[in-house]
Amino acid sequence: MIRSELIQKIADENPHLYQRDVERIVNTIFDEVIEAMARGDRVELRGFGAFSVKKRDARIGRNPRTGESVQVEEKHVPFFKTGKLLRDRLNGKS
Amino acid sequence: MTKTLTRMDLSEAVFREVGLSRNESAQLVESVLNHMSDALADGESVKISSFGTFSVRDKAARVGRNPKTGQEVPILPRRVLTFRPSHLMKDRVADGNKG
Repeated sequence: MIRSELIQKIADENPHLYQRDVERIVNTIFDEVIEAMARGDRVELRGFGAFSVKKRDARIGRNPRTGESVQVEEKHVPFFKTGKLLRDRLNGKS
Repeated sequence: MTKTLTRMDLSEAVFREVGLSRNESAQLVESVLNHMSDALADGESVKISSFGTFSVRDKAARVGRNPKTGQEVPILPRRVLTFRPSHLMKDRVADGNKG
Protein backbone atom coordinates (compact mmCIF):
# COMPACT_ATOMS: atom_id res chain seq x y z
CA MET A 1 0.00 0.00 0.00
CA ILE A 2 1.33 3.45 -0.85
CA ARG A 3 0.38 6.91 0.44
CA SER A 4 -2.13 7.60 -2.37
CA GLU A 5 -3.90 4.27 -1.76
CA LEU A 6 -4.15 5.04 1.94
CA ILE A 7 -5.63 8.45 1.12
CA GLN A 8 -8.10 6.82 -1.26
CA LYS A 9 -9.29 4.35 1.40
CA ILE A 10 -9.90 7.16 3.88
CA ALA A 11 -11.65 9.24 1.19
CA ASP A 12 -13.93 6.30 0.28
CA GLU A 13 -14.97 5.94 3.93
CA ASN A 14 -15.62 9.66 4.32
CA PRO A 15 -17.64 10.78 1.29
CA HIS A 16 -18.53 14.04 3.09
CA LEU A 17 -14.88 15.19 2.98
CA TYR A 18 -13.15 16.71 -0.01
CA GLN A 19 -10.32 14.57 -1.39
CA ARG A 20 -7.96 17.50 -0.88
CA ASP A 21 -8.86 17.68 2.81
CA VAL A 22 -8.26 13.94 3.19
CA GLU A 23 -4.83 14.49 1.65
CA ARG A 24 -4.12 17.28 4.14
CA ILE A 25 -5.28 15.12 7.04
CA VAL A 26 -3.08 12.17 6.11
CA ASN A 27 -0.10 14.42 5.37
CA THR A 28 -0.56 16.29 8.68
CA ILE A 29 -0.38 13.02 10.62
CA PHE A 30 2.90 11.94 9.03
CA ASP A 31 4.40 15.45 9.18
CA GLU A 32 3.55 15.69 12.87
CA VAL A 33 5.45 12.47 13.58
CA ILE A 34 8.53 13.74 11.70
CA GLU A 35 8.38 17.13 13.44
CA ALA A 36 8.13 15.50 16.86
CA MET A 37 11.21 13.36 16.18
CA ALA A 38 13.07 16.37 14.78
CA ARG A 39 12.54 17.98 18.23
CA GLY A 40 13.81 14.79 19.88
CA ASP A 41 10.34 13.75 21.08
CA ARG A 42 8.79 10.28 20.98
CA VAL A 43 5.46 9.38 19.39
CA GLU A 44 3.75 6.46 21.06
CA LEU A 45 0.77 4.97 19.27
CA ARG A 46 -0.49 2.14 21.47
CA GLY A 47 -1.25 -1.04 19.56
CA PHE A 48 0.57 0.22 16.48
CA GLY A 49 4.06 1.16 17.64
CA ALA A 50 6.34 3.91 18.85
CA PHE A 51 8.63 6.26 16.95
CA SER A 52 11.68 7.49 18.82
CA VAL A 53 15.10 8.97 18.24
CA LYS A 54 18.29 7.04 18.96
CA LYS A 55 21.71 8.57 19.41
CA ARG A 56 24.63 7.09 17.52
CA ASP A 57 27.96 7.93 19.14
CA ALA A 58 30.80 9.47 17.19
CA ARG A 59 33.15 6.80 15.85
CA ILE A 60 36.13 6.28 13.63
CA GLY A 61 34.76 4.93 10.36
CA ARG A 62 36.61 3.54 7.42
CA ASN A 63 36.20 4.24 3.74
CA PRO A 64 35.53 0.69 2.52
CA ARG A 65 37.11 1.42 -0.85
CA THR A 66 40.36 3.00 0.26
CA GLY A 67 40.61 1.71 3.84
CA GLU A 68 41.20 5.28 4.97
CA SER A 69 40.02 6.24 8.50
CA VAL A 70 37.42 8.97 8.75
CA GLN A 71 35.93 10.65 11.80
CA VAL A 72 32.13 10.10 11.87
CA GLU A 73 30.29 12.64 14.03
CA GLU A 74 27.67 11.75 16.63
CA LYS A 75 24.22 11.62 15.02
CA HIS A 76 20.58 10.94 15.75
CA VAL A 77 18.51 8.43 13.80
CA PRO A 78 14.78 7.61 13.71
CA PHE A 79 13.68 4.31 15.24
CA PHE A 80 10.37 2.43 15.20
CA LYS A 81 9.34 -0.28 17.61
CA THR A 82 6.29 -2.34 16.66
CA GLY A 83 3.44 -2.34 19.19
CA LYS A 84 2.35 -5.55 20.87
CA LEU A 85 -1.08 -5.72 19.26
CA LEU A 86 0.28 -5.26 15.74
CA ARG A 87 3.09 -7.76 16.39
CA ASP A 88 0.49 -10.29 17.49
CA ARG A 89 -1.68 -9.57 14.46
CA LEU A 90 1.25 -10.18 12.11
CA ASN A 91 1.47 -13.64 13.63
CA GLY A 92 -2.25 -14.30 13.43
CA LYS A 93 -2.84 -14.07 17.17
CA SER A 94 -5.67 -11.56 17.16
CA MET B 1 13.35 17.20 28.05
CA THR B 2 11.87 14.48 25.84
CA LYS B 3 8.14 14.63 25.44
CA THR B 4 5.94 11.74 24.39
CA LEU B 5 3.21 12.46 21.88
CA THR B 6 0.16 10.23 21.57
CA ARG B 7 -2.85 9.82 19.29
CA MET B 8 -4.31 12.87 21.07
CA ASP B 9 -1.51 15.12 19.81
CA LEU B 10 -1.91 13.83 16.26
CA SER B 11 -5.65 14.40 16.27
CA GLU B 12 -5.10 17.86 17.76
CA ALA B 13 -2.81 18.63 14.78
CA VAL B 14 -5.50 17.40 12.36
CA PHE B 15 -8.09 19.49 14.21
CA ARG B 16 -5.94 22.64 13.88
CA GLU B 17 -5.03 21.96 10.26
CA VAL B 18 -8.40 21.03 8.80
CA GLY B 19 -10.98 22.38 11.22
CA LEU B 20 -13.03 19.21 11.68
CA SER B 21 -14.41 18.44 15.13
CA ARG B 22 -11.98 17.01 17.68
CA ASN B 23 -13.99 13.83 17.69
CA GLU B 24 -13.86 13.38 13.93
CA SER B 25 -10.16 14.27 13.86
CA ALA B 26 -9.50 11.50 16.40
CA GLN B 27 -11.49 9.02 14.31
CA LEU B 28 -9.50 9.88 11.20
CA VAL B 29 -6.18 9.32 12.99
CA GLU B 30 -7.54 5.96 14.12
CA SER B 31 -8.64 5.02 10.57
CA VAL B 32 -5.21 5.82 9.19
CA LEU B 33 -3.54 3.57 11.77
CA ASN B 34 -6.14 0.84 11.21
CA HIS B 35 -5.70 0.79 7.43
CA MET B 36 -1.95 0.61 7.82
CA SER B 37 -2.23 -2.19 10.41
CA ASP B 38 -4.68 -4.16 8.22
CA ALA B 39 -2.37 -4.00 5.20
CA LEU B 40 0.61 -5.10 7.32
CA ALA B 41 -1.38 -7.92 8.96
CA ASP B 42 -2.14 -9.13 5.40
CA GLY B 43 1.60 -9.25 4.78
CA GLU B 44 1.57 -6.17 2.54
CA SER B 45 4.23 -3.49 2.90
CA VAL B 46 3.19 0.12 3.47
CA LYS B 47 5.23 2.73 1.62
CA ILE B 48 4.63 6.32 2.60
CA SER B 49 6.72 8.54 0.35
CA SER B 50 8.93 11.03 2.22
CA PHE B 51 8.06 9.25 5.50
CA GLY B 52 9.27 5.67 5.26
CA THR B 53 8.45 2.05 4.46
CA PHE B 54 7.00 -0.54 6.80
CA SER B 55 7.63 -4.08 5.63
CA VAL B 56 6.84 -7.51 6.97
CA ARG B 57 9.66 -10.03 7.11
CA ASP B 58 9.58 -13.75 7.78
CA LYS B 59 11.99 -15.00 10.40
CA ALA B 60 13.04 -18.65 10.40
CA ALA B 61 12.84 -20.83 13.49
CA ARG B 62 15.98 -20.90 15.62
CA VAL B 63 17.20 -22.09 18.97
CA GLY B 64 17.25 -19.30 21.49
CA ARG B 65 18.64 -19.23 24.97
CA ASN B 66 17.24 -17.80 28.16
CA PRO B 67 20.04 -15.36 29.04
CA LYS B 68 19.36 -15.73 32.75
CA THR B 69 19.26 -19.53 33.05
CA GLY B 70 21.22 -20.50 29.93
CA GLN B 71 18.45 -22.90 29.05
CA GLU B 72 17.82 -23.53 25.34
CA VAL B 73 14.36 -22.67 24.08
CA PRO B 74 13.00 -23.12 20.55
CA ILE B 75 11.94 -19.86 18.86
CA LEU B 76 9.19 -20.56 16.36
CA PRO B 77 9.18 -19.06 12.87
CA ARG B 78 7.49 -15.66 13.05
CA ARG B 79 6.77 -12.50 11.15
CA VAL B 80 8.28 -9.21 12.20
CA LEU B 81 7.76 -5.64 11.08
CA THR B 82 10.66 -3.46 10.02
CA PHE B 83 10.54 0.27 9.40
CA ARG B 84 12.94 1.95 7.02
CA PRO B 85 12.85 5.73 7.40
CA SER B 86 12.94 7.89 4.27
CA HIS B 87 15.92 10.13 3.54
CA LEU B 88 13.79 13.14 4.38
CA MET B 89 12.96 11.73 7.82
CA LYS B 90 16.58 10.78 8.50
CA ASP B 91 17.82 14.22 7.47
CA ARG B 92 15.22 16.08 9.52
CA VAL B 93 15.85 13.96 12.60
CA ALA B 94 19.63 14.32 12.24
CA ASP B 95 19.44 18.10 11.67
CA GLY B 96 16.86 18.75 14.39
CA ASN B 97 18.87 16.94 17.08
CA LYS B 98 22.27 18.35 16.20
CA GLY B 99 24.46 19.91 18.87
